Amino acid sequence: MLCSRCGAVLYRYKPDSIERSLALTLTALILFLLSNSFPFLAMKSGGLIQETTLLSGVRELWKQELHGLSFLVLFTCVLVPLAQMIGLLYILMPLKWGRRPAAHAARIFRLVQEVAPWGMMEVFMIGILVALVKLGHMATIVPGISVYSFGALIFAMAAAFSSLDPPLLWDRLDMRR
Amino acid sequence: MSESAVTARQLGMVNCHDCSLLVEAEQVAVLPRCPRCGAHLHLRKSNSLARTWALVWAAIIFIVPANILPMTVTTTLGAKQADTIMSGVIYFMQSGSWEIAAVIFIASVFVPFVKLCILIFLLLSVRFRTSWRPKDRTVLYRLTELVGRWSMVDIYVVTILVALVKLGAIAAIEAGPAAVYFAAVVVTTMFAAESFDPRLIWDVLEEDV
Repeated sequence: MLCSRCGAVLYRYKPDSIERSLALTLTALILFLLSNSFPFLAMKSGGLIQETTLLSGVRELWKQELHGLSFLVLFTCVLVPLAQMIGLLYILMPLKWGRRPAAHAARIFRLVQEVAPWGMMEVFMIGILVALVKLGHMATIVPGISVYSFGALIFAMAAAFSSLDPPLLWDRLDMRR
Repeated sequence: MSESAVTARQLGMVNCHDCSLLVEAEQVAVLPRCPRCGAHLHLRKSNSLARTWALVWAAIIFIVPANILPMTVTTTLGAKQADTIMSGVIYFMQSGSWEIAAVIFIASVFVPFVKLCILIFLLLSVRFRTSWRPKDRTVLYRLTELVGRWSMVDIYVVTILVALVKLGAIAAIEAGPAAVYFAAVVVTTMFAAESFDPRLIWDVLEEDV
């Protein structure tokens, strides 16, 4: 269904929406833990090896007194995606097992949707690729496990969100019940 | 589905921004909360124009230092080199990686600039109550909403470089002051796009009938 004025998609039927988004969110959560536990890139220059994880970049910015910037990166690449995943699991699990919706589920689903523009993992991925090429001239850069799990994570998250069926969820989570 | 579809407002209803529930206007006057999802209800985003203008002006102010000041400061064997956004782009063009130059130019220079121009254009078009191609203007709005986040690329590149290149005296990269201003541009334009209510574009047409 499209908006008769501007043509934006209003509704599209999604088969098995709850099961699919639940499965994909779980996948995303596992990949998220992987991505944050292993180094992204390693730089070899002479005998020196320098590794970086997502959080070490945040820490380094904080050390350079760029607290706001450091927080912005933490917020957009770690906190928002993590909150979205936990929020979705919290909403979807009771629905899947046929229980009553969890407490405040409607409010939480609203928040999950509202913070969506601030989750920028896919933008970070492009940042990794640019950095890879940028430093490729200077030293040997070795991509770590995290780069691959992070790449997969982006697809899992996108798939989880596109298999969500908001009208169906709103109906099930209705606060008036 | 015709051009003259009835809108919620014409029927005395308010559409919830978050869950799309239609609530009767009289009920909203008593309690402006969505009974289904708890969101704040209003016919149009409140003070949409004033808020968007304020954020657009803030972004215009931030965009100047973001482009003039250095984004990164590289120290190689004691020699310091400051790079602005544009000098980075030029460096990549000259060193032959034009793809990277294009990515950085589009994300860091072109998108923020075009986004501000579109927002100003939309604000003026609503201000002067034009009925010029409302559908295309709405598409422009959706585009700014969609594309703004990609400007963060440069901030992330700086974050990664800063963490990776710290080989003591041999080579080290520090984030420059422009990074903060640039992040401010991205954040303010994202808020600006969010505070603009695209339905204002269509209100003029409805009132003319």
